[in-house]
Amino acid sequence: MKAFFKGAGLLGLMLVCSAFLLAGCGEDKVQTIKIGFNLPLTGDIPEVGEGSKNAAEMYLKDINDAGGLDVGGTKYPLEFVYMDNESKAESATNVALKLIDQEKVVAIIGPNSSKQAVPAGGTCNDNRVPMISPWSTNPSTTLDRPWVFRAAFLDPFQGPVVADFAAKKFNAKTAAVLFDVSNDYSKGLAEIFKTSWEAKGLGPVVAFESHGTKDQDFSAQLTKIVSTNPDFLFVPNNYNQVALIVNQARDLGYKGPFMGSDAWGTPDLVKLCGEQCYGNYFSTHYAAAGAQGATKVFIDRYTELYGATPADYAALTWDSIGMLVEAIKNAGQVYSDPVEMRTAIRDGLAAIKSFDGITGASKFDAQGDPIKCAVVVKISDDGEFVFEESVCP
Amino acid sequence: MDFIIQNILNALQWGSFYALIALGYTLVYGVLRLINFAHGDIFMVGAYIAFFLATTMLGPSFGLSPFMTFVIAVPLTMALTACVGVTLERIAYRPLRRKGAHRLYVVITALMCGLILEYGNLAVLGASRLKFPDLIEKSIWSVGDVTMTNLKVIVIVAAVVVFIFLNFIVTKTKIGMAMRGISYDKFAIPLMGIPIDSIIVFTFILGSGFAGLAGLLFAMSYPILEPFMGMIIGWKAFIAAVVGGIGDIRGAFYGGFLLGFIEVGVVTVFPSTYRDLFAFSILLLILWIKPTGLFGMPQSTKI
Repeated sequence: MKAFFKGAGLLGLMLVCSAFLLAGCGEDKVQTIKIGFNLPLTGDIPEVGEGSKNAAEMYLKDINDAGGLDVGGTKYPLEFVYMDNESKAESATNVALKLIDQEKVVAIIGPNSSKQAVPAGGTCNDNRVPMISPWSTNPSTTLDRPWVFRAAFLDPFQGPVVADFAAKKFNAKTAAVLFDVSNDYSKGLAEIFKTSWEAKGLGPVVAFESHGTKDQDFSAQLTKIVSTNPDFLFVPNNYNQVALIVNQARDLGYKGPFMGSDAWGTPDLVKLCGEQCYGNYFSTHYAAAGAQGATKVFIDRYTELYGATPADYAALTWDSIGMLVEAIKNAGQVYSDPVEMRTAIRDGLAAIKSFDGITGASKFDAQGDPIKCAVVVKISDDGEFVFEESVCP
Repeated sequence: MDFIIQNILNALQWGSFYALIALGYTLVYGVLRLINFAHGDIFMVGAYIAFFLATTMLGPSFGLSPFMTFVIAVPLTMALTACVGVTLERIAYRPLRRKGAHRLYVVITALMCGLILEYGNLAVLGASRLKFPDLIEKSIWSVGDVTMTNLKVIVIVAAVVVFIFLNFIVTKTKIGMAMRGISYDKFAIPLMGIPIDSIIVFTFILGSGFAGLAGLLFAMSYPILEPFMGMIIGWKAFIAAVVGGIGDIRGAFYGGFLLGFIEVGVVTVFPSTYRDLFAFSILLLILWIKPTGLFGMPQSTKI
């Protein structure tokens, strides 16, 4: 008898669990346009996921308060599904699959970081689902993938921007690089920077060192770097590692300047790094301080809603949604079959030749990559990101 | 020459953390023959406890000076982290031991406890990194090209003092004798009138308390806290303990420093990309030559 109850209990438990599986299958009465978000809400860069989600929520409210998105004379409400990829490459592909197969989204925005966007882009391309990565700068994300698009400039552009700026600003002859070897973004950008620095013919890259994602102690690499006495140190890393690297380098007696890349641009950088990061420079997608026009409106609204200045990934997410909306309008009609809708959106995205977003105007090349300006920003003595110069291709 | 001395200092600091954490693994293993895989996460909890103590005491309601905060935070962090360790023992390991479960199940329980601590932290505090406040004013001394911070000295000294203290407790005191006794024969020991549960609780107090100390010092040296900070360092410290000979206090101490030296040394000589590959190949070689670890003896009384 006891065994019977045990068996019945187990069976009941399994039924309850499978009910969760079916929960996603309910049919909606109103035809909505369902868009998935593949975001790093936990893991190494939670701040990035949070910022993107905030910007998306703001956009969603704007559209749905107006009754929905006007496509071919009918208004369709948007529906956003946010999923967490834990800042991991393997989770990002799982999330993409889940959004495609279970949620039946018509397009995916994200992942942000190239570490997740490169593998997830492959998944989306294979499954013929349009994906827009707001923040990924690694060329592989969209390379030979007709279904994958992005809103950010590319590392082959960013690398020379950094090299040119450092050569001019620091009067540098020698450079050192410390990068994260297990991060596609960091590794790719470090290599591109090395090539473009050496192409300038000013001097060599005297140290080219790497570390792992979960490392906290960089003293061995930094000792090696300090002993080669470089004119500046390029650190194309995520903000959480930058905070540790900069402080440890100073402890080991490094006195020169640091140069960063767009992954530095989060409010958390200054919170974690403190005064040691002041006075350093990094390249990024836009500068919040001193913005004008639509960019200023976005920044003011975001700041009022969430109490913080939007970082570049928030602005880029906003632009990604803007591109998607334009693509849906280009499609001219909303299909109830997600597969048909996906094809229509992809064609709509490919039809966009230029886009005027809040991170600047961009044109799209044959690969579907935007050609747009980069900004170099200085971390001021109050920890603000201040516009230093703008570099256009 | 300066370059080498600088790297030795780096290795000493990094090895100190491995040693401090490895000591906790080895203590518990020595007494219970249990690999307490939650130990790295107890270390993480220690760092978070230190964070909350420090921010509270520096905050407006207490307003203590950073140095006073440090002085008070050390014993308090150790005590509170010890409570976490003892709680784990009471709610997870002891019930299994009472039921006579095989050691394998207890090890799996330990792994799960570690994950619960990690994800519990993630659920309660969120994924955002926390910045640990500066408790002691950092001074950087440089001799030639060698630089040294006062924090590095504190960390290295702390590791050595903890080792000497634990070695004294285990080899020279009555309670240490009881601990060694339990590892020798845990069925005969209660017959001698030794309260086995209290001794085990004491072992957890020691191990977790020093994990708390390690967490505090780690948070001061690398002032960014995240829920998964204890995972990798915990695993590596466990490997250090095994290479040193798990169950032996000296083994954990030397094993920790050995791993620190190998990791820093590999980066000094080879490209840093190969660090973990080379480091663990060397450790594999050591275990291949001496499978019981440097100080371990096969089938003997351990601790």
